[in-house]
Amino acid sequence: MPPAGGLAPLDVHVARKRLVNASGQAVEILSDLAFRLEAGRIGALIGPSGCGKSTLMRIVAGLDERFEGRIERPPGPLAVVFQEPRLLPWRTVEANVRLAAPRIGDAELDALLEPLGLAGHRSHFPGELSLGLARRAALARAFAVKPALLLLDEPFVSLDAPLALALQRELAALVAERGITAVLVTHDVGEAIRLADRIFVLSPRPARVIGDILVETPRKTMSAAAARSLEARVEALRTPA
Amino acid sequence: MAARILSFLALIALWGAAAQFSDPRHLPGPAAVLAAMGKAAASGELIAAMAVTMARVAAAFVLAMALGSALGYLMGRRALADRIADPWIVVLLNLPALVIIVLLYIWVGLNEVAAIAAVALNKLPNATVTIREGARALDPGLDEMARAFAFSRVKRLRHVVAPQLAPYFAAAARSGLSLVWKIVLVVELLGRPNGVGFEINMAFQLFDVALLLAYALPFTAAMLLIEAFVVQPFERHASRWRPRPA
Repeated sequence: MPPAGGLAPLDVHVARKRLVNASGQAVEILSDLAFRLEAGRIGALIGPSGCGKSTLMRIVAGLDERFEGRIERPPGPLAVVFQEPRLLPWRTVEANVRLAAPRIGDAELDALLEPLGLAGHRSHFPGELSLGLARRAALARAFAVKPALLLLDEPFVSLDAPLALALQRELAALVAERGITAVLVTHDVGEAIRLADRIFVLSPRPARVIGDILVETPRKTMSAAAARSLEARVEALRTPA
Repeated sequence: MAARILSFLALIALWGAAAQFSDPRHLPGPAAVLAAMGKAAASGELIAAMAVTMARVAAAFVLAMALGSALGYLMGRRALADRIADPWIVVLLNLPALVIIVLLYIWVGLNEVAAIAAVALNKLPNATVTIREGARALDPGLDEMARAFAFSRVKRLRHVVAPQLAPYFAAAARSGLSLVWKIVLVVELLGRPNGVGFEINMAFQLFDVALLLAYALPFTAAMLLIEAFVVQPFERHASRWRPRPA
């Protein structure tokens, strides 16, 4: 019996997931993939492109139920930051956030939009935003939900490096402040080390977890050398000898 | 705007000039038609006929758009519904309007139900096919977003689905309005004792072209006003979020 208050861990076990490709053949995408993430932690899923990370993310989110296996999510609301911002183009930034989080108060919304640099854009439509701002709006929407589980599918891809770093810092601060359990899909080892408490390295297709690396050192105090050695461990797992 | 008005005035001038050189019984000039219009309006017959016809247009239009949208959405979302209903839609699309009208008058009787049903059935397949295209083009990414954030069914329909269908709905409404009012006149001509179509039939019996135009033109003008003041503002509202070139 998991304790109340969203303290239950995320437990993922996908025995098998198949997709039918364009020529009609069934291809095994995920095979015997399992990991467990304690409440309040950030886990990073890292693996070669095309290994099935996004498919796994959709399964964990409950958007795809055609798989063999079992997912146990912490009880409570779910929020997802997709690879593309996926904002409703016909609703303003503020309306997009409020639709996902109808009970959010005005002060709370201000406190959320301000640090993300969205305060001046709340009445803009997504089509009027740059990609970086649209990604921030998608992050704001996810945080507004106060999720028990937050899933992020390469949310910083195709952003320039300083902006990606700034958004990662904001994400880390918000997750730490709210004690959210989060899963981050990425192919950037540096991003995984900066953000995650735990790094799960995935094999090429059919994907399974081939490495489970605990990031013991608190991120803020991690030395450059420690980060490099961690990176080397991840890279060693990713490139088979 | 100025070009539009000039072009419209040129049309009236051409009509007036052509009327000078032809038998006034075949082509009366603008002044003669205006006089006939004034006479029909003064007797109250013109307004009464237009009101009856407008009510039939509204009833048939609402019926066809509501049923057509619901059916089109279902067919666009569910492959089984599409396979089952598609042959029916193809048959309806290709059945001449006149055949549907005559059949309904024979089966249901020469009454209002048959008249409105016949018009609605003529418009229904167009609305269905247009909305079906819209339902097929719905963005699956936004649908996943709505599911992930646990949007209710009503919220999903109103904020995710309806805005995507709005342009298709406007297109169906626009083509539907012009189709419906033309068919309403035929229905009235064939089997109703009142309305603009009935009056046009009377004018035909008398070979009175001025009277015919006196009924046809105000009604055309009324439909243009609906297009300009209802359909177009709806379209502008529905597309207000699209970035416009400066």
